[in-house]
Amino acid sequence: MLMFKNTLTRSRRYWLWIASLLFVILAGSLCYVLQLIHGLVVTGLSRDVSWGLYIAQFTFFVGIAASAVMVVLPYYLHDYQQFGRLTLLGELLAVTAVTMCILFIFVDLGQPSRIFNIVLHPQPQSVMFWDMIALGGYLLMNAVIAAVTLIAQRQHVPVPGWIKPVIILSIPWAISIHTVTAFLYSGLPGRSYWLTAILAPRFLASAFASGPALLILLCLALRKLTGFDAGREAIQKLAVIVTYALAINIFLILAEVFTAFYSEIPAHEEHFEYLFIGLNGDYRLVPWMWLSVLLSWVALALLLVPRWRANIPRLAVACAAIFISIWLDKGLGLIVGGMVPSPLGAVTRYVPTLPESTIVLGIWAVGALMITVFYKITLSIWKEN
Amino acid sequence: MSDRPLIVAGLTLFVGLVSTPIWHGALNREAAMAALHIKLPAREKQCVAPASYMRTSHMQLLEHWRNEAVRDGQRQFVAFNGKTYDKDPTRTCLTECHTDRKEFCERCHNYAGVSDPNCWNCHNDSHVASEGNS
Amino acid sequence: MKITRKDFLRLSGLGLLALAGRKAVRALSGWSFAQTSASAAKPIRWGMAFDLGKCRHKDGCNRCIQACHSTHNVPQFADRAHEIKWIWKEPFQNVFPAAQTDYTRDFYGSLPVLLACNHCDDPPCQDVCPVDATWRRDDGVVTIDFHRCIGCRYCMAACPYGSRSFNWQDPRPAIATVNPDFPTRTKGVVEKCNFCEERLAKGQGPACAESCEEKAIVFGDLEQPDSELRQLLRSRFAVQRKPELGTGPSVYYIV
Repeated sequence: MLMFKNTLTRSRRYWLWIASLLFVILAGSLCYVLQLIHGLVVTGLSRDVSWGLYIAQFTFFVGIAASAVMVVLPYYLHDYQQFGRLTLLGELLAVTAVTMCILFIFVDLGQPSRIFNIVLHPQPQSVMFWDMIALGGYLLMNAVIAAVTLIAQRQHVPVPGWIKPVIILSIPWAISIHTVTAFLYSGLPGRSYWLTAILAPRFLASAFASGPALLILLCLALRKLTGFDAGREAIQKLAVIVTYALAINIFLILAEVFTAFYSEIPAHEEHFEYLFIGLNGDYRLVPWMWLSVLLSWVALALLLVPRWRANIPRLAVACAAIFISIWLDKGLGLIVGGMVPSPLGAVTRYVPTLPESTIVLGIWAVGALMITVFYKITLSIWKEN
Repeated sequence: MSDRPLIVAGLTLFVGLVSTPIWHGALNREAAMAALHIKLPAREKQCVAPASYMRTSHMQLLEHWRNEAVRDGQRQFVAFNGKTYDKDPTRTCLTECHTDRKEFCERCHNYAGVSDPNCWNCHNDSHVASEGNS
Repeated sequence: MKITRKDFLRLSGLGLLALAGRKAVRALSGWSFAQTSASAAKPIRWGMAFDLGKCRHKDGCNRCIQACHSTHNVPQFADRAHEIKWIWKEPFQNVFPAAQTDYTRDFYGSLPVLLACNHCDDPPCQDVCPVDATWRRDDGVVTIDFHRCIGCRYCMAACPYGSRSFNWQDPRPAIATVNPDFPTRTKGVVEKCNFCEERLAKGQGPACAESCEEKAIVFGDLEQPDSELRQLLRSRFAVQRKPELGTGPSVYYIV
């Protein structure tokens, strides 16, 4: 309650931002009501492409959530003091991202009123059960860690000792959420695009590139809007982390491409052909996938040269490029590419509809609202100190 | 604490909205307490369980029937009085006794302020209506 | 509440390990649960064979599809994206992509082949379902509890045969005449061929097999060495779809 007061500090621009987010959330909710009434027929999904934008967004944001570990680990395990403040911002980003993930799963359900069947009839042989445990636990842990840290900082007392084991546990837990999410796909026998042991490592690499890239962008935005400076050294260190993760991600993708095309096994080639060349006259995703490739290469070039990386505008461009590139790869190509061609060889077009996209935007707005409120509270407390 | 009035107003509104069912019922006390006369089946005097049990727990019984019939393939129910019934609400309950679900199920659900049962989104009772009339 | 050993295995979280272990043991020794339980009580494993030669006798015959779809209130949507299919036809080259060559495609490639749920011995759809809404019964029928299904469509992603359909919308308006003896489905749940389990319970065979005048669909107990189905599989060359995936389909194709 007291903390909430900190968000109510007046500023015209701030309220305009909040109002527009609430407007988008309202639009998304209305579209969801439409989906509730008519069913998932209002989306662009079909018998062949039965998962689409919702599940892809879920996957992407699990990555964003997991990436908090890239600030938590150096700070708590290596005592890297520069990440002191970033750690809290990262944990709050994780809380937001997991909440978005849960919402994306929820809107994807055909019978949302039965969602508690997952708890009433738990099925440990289903990876989705473990994903629920992983995500729920991670949300709880990060919410508790962030709240305890904030309260301690507000009262000028050190954080209680019992929180340390929770923080340490959250590190492998972060790895687990994205690993389990990859296992959702990589254990399915009929989907060659996902049936690869490096799906989980690939997910982690792309997460550790896109998540910290987003955190850098958020820090740069905070500096511009509020004057809060995360510190030059901290930002540069994050940039190095992003560089390594991006390089590893590009390497893993190339390894996939090599295996598919050198082996020339049709079932493995087809999905890459669909995404990067086009199949049966459907070229819809081709430009987007190449844009993703191009952006990641440009970003890698910008980041590899230390002098360029130190230049803040250039760093911002690189981070934005990475975020968009990985969003295209994971938030679009991964799911649709795995579903097309179908087990019966059908190439089915998937185009998200307006209600579907509005629902997705609504959830993004929920995330933006959460992060705004969280960071506002945090910065107000830091300002008071 | 300049925001105190705002917060208190917001809280009051919230509590007011959340407690709608309670004060709505209190305001319409007479309508709510009026007796609900449900027509009893003409052919049969005894339900598959005592009426008092059915009144409070028919949903558990039906769910139990549903799970056993669909999931375990056990389709026979031995009642407390030793009689055997098919675990098929459409055939057993609707065809034999409660021939009009609107008058029986839905009217009582409305009375109790419970949403209508959604069985008939899938299950078909058109043949019950015609048999019931003949 | 009584907890059986199976429940315990599932609930204790060892389920996943046990499942992986079971698959590994099976792979190594060819030992299967179905076989070990065989000594205890004589099991049934329902299976089916499509005789493709006989099926082609009458051009454009769709009697089995019509019989199935009217028996089970399967809606007919014009939009291919939202189709519900229990049994249907696809060109040979899509059903058996590995069994065609450049030189046989001309003859075989576009010939229609019947498809339905394969009622796998080890169904991937069952493993992934987070709410136990789909499972393999002791008689080999892979069934769905429409009351339990939450509509997450994980089973559709897991099925390597494309056998499952989702109700993107309310199916009722798209059903010409409702068969009152079988429920329709509601929007938001997954459905597929159920091997006519409601007819099996009454001692009848599947509607598709019964409707076929050419006797191109043979249904029977795979565990019964002298069943018509087993005799057919002994005397003619038959294949399964994607046997390399280890799912163990109960549906055979006599080519």
